[in-house]
This record gives sequence, C-alpha cells and structure tokens, in this order.
Amino acid sequence: MSEPAVTSANHLTKRPLVVLDAVDKRFVDFAALDGITLSVAAGEKVVVCGPSGSGKSTLIRCINQLERPDAGMVWFDGVDLVAASSRDLRRLRTDIGMVFQQFNLFPHLTVLDNLTLGPMRVRGLSAREAEELARRYLERVHIPEQADKYPRQLSGGQQQRVAIARSLCMEPKLMLFDEPTSALDPEMIVEVLDVMGELAQTGMTMIVVTHEMGFARRVADRIVFMDAGQIVEDTRPETFFTAPASPRGAEFLDRILNH
Amino acid sequence: MGATRLALLLSGPLLLSGCSGNLKWYVVSPMTDAGRANLLFLLGGLKYTLLLSFTAIVISVFVGLLVALPGISGNRGLRACNRVYVECVRAVPILVLILWVYYGLPIVMGISVSVFWAGVIALALSDSAFEAEIFRAGIQSIERGQLEAADSLGLGYVDRMRYVVLPQAIKRVLPPLGNQLVYMLKMSSLVSIIGMEELTRRANELVTAEYRPLEVYTVLVLEYLVLILIVSSGVRWMERRMSDEER
Ligand SMILES: Nc1ncnc2c1ncn2[C@@H]1O[C@H](COP(=O)(O)OP(=O)(O)OP(=O)(O)O)[C@@H](O)[C@H]1O
Ligand SMILES: [Mg+2]
Repeated sequence: MSEPAVTSANHLTKRPLVVLDAVDKRFVDFAALDGITLSVAAGEKVVVCGPSGSGKSTLIRCINQLERPDAGMVWFDGVDLVAASSRDLRRLRTDIGMVFQQFNLFPHLTVLDNLTLGPMRVRGLSAREAEELARRYLERVHIPEQADKYPRQLSGGQQQRVAIARSLCMEPKLMLFDEPTSALDPEMIVEVLDVMGELAQTGMTMIVVTHEMGFARRVADRIVFMDAGQIVEDTRPETFFTAPASPRGAEFLDRILNH
Repeated sequence: MGATRLALLLSGPLLLSGCSGNLKWYVVSPMTDAGRANLLFLLGGLKYTLLLSFTAIVISVFVGLLVALPGISGNRGLRACNRVYVECVRAVPILVLILWVYYGLPIVMGISVSVFWAGVIALALSDSAFEAEIFRAGIQSIERGQLEAADSLGLGYVDRMRYVVLPQAIKRVLPPLGNQLVYMLKMSSLVSIIGMEELTRRANELVTAEYRPLEVYTVLVLEYLVLILIVSSGVRWMERRMSDEER
C-alpha cells in the first residue's frame, strides 16, 4: 500500500511524518475514537484540544501505539505502525518521544540515570556518551544542577522538564505531549511551557494536548478540536480563536477562555 | 522494646513452673557439666536450622520470581502454567512434600538425595509458590505509567523488567519476603522427620536419652522464640529504614 499524501491544505508540499487514516478505537462498546483522519507534516506543531473525554489522550496514544486502534491505519515516517512487528515497533518508538501528564519518571533512578537509560540500553551509547548527551539536554531544559537528585526531590515543574529531557535524549523525530502542565501548580506551568516553546523553535515536530490557549496561539501551526471521539475542527489558530466554524468549538472556547 | 518484653512475659511462667519441684532442670542447667553438654548439643542444631532456612529461601526467591513472570504475561497459556504451579504446590502439606522428596524423588530420578538437600528442595519448592504470589503482586503494583514510559523509550521486555519494574517491585516486596523467611525458619523444624540434625531433631534425641520432655522442649520453645524475635525485629528494622528512605 502506498503512503497517503498530506491532506492539510497548509502543507501540501511537505512530507507527512504522521498520518492517521479512519482510526477507530473502542473501549468495550464505547467509541473513544470514531473515524479519525489526521496528517502532520515534519516540523509542524499541532495543538489538540477539546472537552474532557473527547478522546485527545487516546488519539496521541494511538500514534505511538500505547493504544492499538481497532480499525484504520497509523503511519509514522512512512511505516505502517499497526502492521509493524513488535521489534520494528520498538525501534520506531525511539523516534517518538512522549511526555505524560504525571511525568512518569523512574523514581528509583537519579535524574541522570533516568536520562541515560534509553540512550544506553536502546541506542547502544556508551556510559560516557550517554552522560554527555544527558547533561546537554538537562542544560536545554535549564536544570543542569539537578543531575544527581532523585525525582521526588524536585518540584513538579522540574520533574516535567526532566521528563522532556528524557524523551529528547532519544533524539526523536516527533514529540507527543499529553496535558504536560495539567498536574502542575500555576507558577510552574510557565517554566514548562517555555521549554516547550524553545523546543518548537528548533523545528521539532510536536503534537500537544493542552488547554493552555496562550501557548496554542503562540506556538501552534494548527489547532485540532475534538469532541466525542471525532475531529470537529482542524484549522489555523487565528481562525479557531476568532471564528470557530462549529457551534461545539465556539462553546468550548467560550468555556475555557471565560472561566 | 516490644520483642524483649514479650520474650520475658512468655519465659516467666515457664521458668516459674520449674519451682513446683516436679521439674528436673538440671538436665539443661548451665551450672552442671552434664547440663552444659546437653545445652550445647541442643544449640548445635541452630547451625543446620539457619543453613537449611537460608539456602531454601534463596532458592525459593529465584524459583518464585521465575514462576511469577509467566503469571503476569499477556499470554493466557503462560498465565495458566503459573496458576497450575501455584495452586498445586500450595495444596501439598510441607511435611508430605519433605517425605516425598526424601523417599520418592531418589526412586523417580535414580539419584540419591542427602537429608539436607531433600529438606532444602522441599522447603524451597513449597515456599516458591508463596514467593511467586508475592512477586506477582509486587510487579502488578507498579503503576502503568512506568511501563508506558519504558515502552515509549523503546525498552524491550528484558530491559524494562531489569531496569524499571523489578528494582521498584523488589523494594516493595522486601517486607513480605522477610516474613517468608521467618515462616521458613519455623517450617524447617519439619525436616527433623527425615533425620536432619536441626534444633527440633536435637531436642527429640535428647528427650529420648534423658526422658525429660517438658524441660527439653521448653528450651526448644525458647530457642525458636529468641531466634524468630531477632530475625523478625531485623525485618522490621529494614522496613523502617526503607520507608525513611522514601521521604
Ligand atoms: N483504558 C480505558 N478503558 C475504558 N475506557 C477508556 C480507557 N481509556 C479511555 N477511556 C474512555 O475513552 C474516552 C476518551 O478518553 P481520553 O482519555 O482519550 O479523553 P481525553 O480527551 O484525553 O480526556 P481528558 O481531558 O479527561 O484527559 C473517555 O470517555 C474515557 O472514559
Ligand atoms: Mg487525557
């Protein structure tokens, strides 16, 4: 089967890095995703938003196959992930970084060991190379001095930045973020969003589930608005924020901007 | 400390009952030569009780872990193997297992098994089913997010277990593993039935020689009591230290 072309009007010329085609995901008989078609070009920043339970997490978890779709196709970098063997899948996953709402750092390892585990065990780097890499990325997220601490000794904002650095140490082609600031106190949200903004400027492809509309406005190339397992709108931020095409989108914006 | 107070509380009535005049404490009195020799004979079993229990617990921890892993796999057949092992081994009384390993296994396998190794195998086998359940619970208590983080880094099954799951799971199961060790020390007394010269066997032999069951078995009770109290307070200490570390 040949690779589908990018469907987004804005990026007809660019190579698609991620393509979802008619993806369904059911939990028992509840449709969490219902015919999702989405394509993201290399270098694009996509913000996914929508009410709770609309399927945002399920959508990005299908992209790195933490959830297996019941129907449809998921392509990453030209490879069909649904059909990939578990060995190929493991290799492809190293190219997809994932940042979770709850950080999911390894609590028994120091910050440095959290960062070097993947590079050493998966990418086959030596201990010295891995440490160099880890320190470089800790610098990038502005906490080089925390290398020898354990996750529980850090603030939430610092932990989330460690988690971002841990993903970056795999030098991925795509970064997925699932509500990276939802578990944080307000004063720490900014430091994490700043790091993500800086990452965006490096040209990284990013798919971010977030309710931080300021971040979306600043960083996103596209806003994907979901409701009830479907993509209701997929437009440029200016369009979405000033003139949402759907009543559901307008209602959502109204609720989130005027709360 | 609670443990010593309990020991005093229990040994008080036992020793006081010796004042009634019916008891001949001299058989185990440290004041006489004969009594001292008898006491040393009894205490000599301690070495084998410890050796048996520690060897058996080490083996059963490894076997338990090997049995636990298929129990948490996504494969239904592997999970069934785990259930069959655990249920069958738990269904057989330890004493029966000891007899069967000592008298039956040599015939089945065509090899001779020493008393010591028969005891170790039977104790370890029996305990491994419990260890497997402990490990299974410990591994299953690791949050799903940890597995998902490991998966999204691209770690394979072995690396995920070795670097992410087991280090956290083992820390969580150390207290129940410590309790299994205490349990094992008590169960090792059953190996006396096939002639292992541990604490209980020594006491039996002395009773046969001296005809003073109450005095000798009282000493035996105290031996186990002190041993178990020491080991279990060691386990509590370790537990406390680990929960301090969490902070
Ligand atoms: N493992 C699961 N088992 C059963 N139902 C699930 C599971 N995961 C998600 N769901 C259901 O699927 C729907 C979509 O879930 P999802 O987590 O994708 O929503 P979301 O948009 O991320 O919501 P939130 O903003 O609350 O995180 C929800 O109704 C949820 O209850
Ligand atoms: Mg979610």
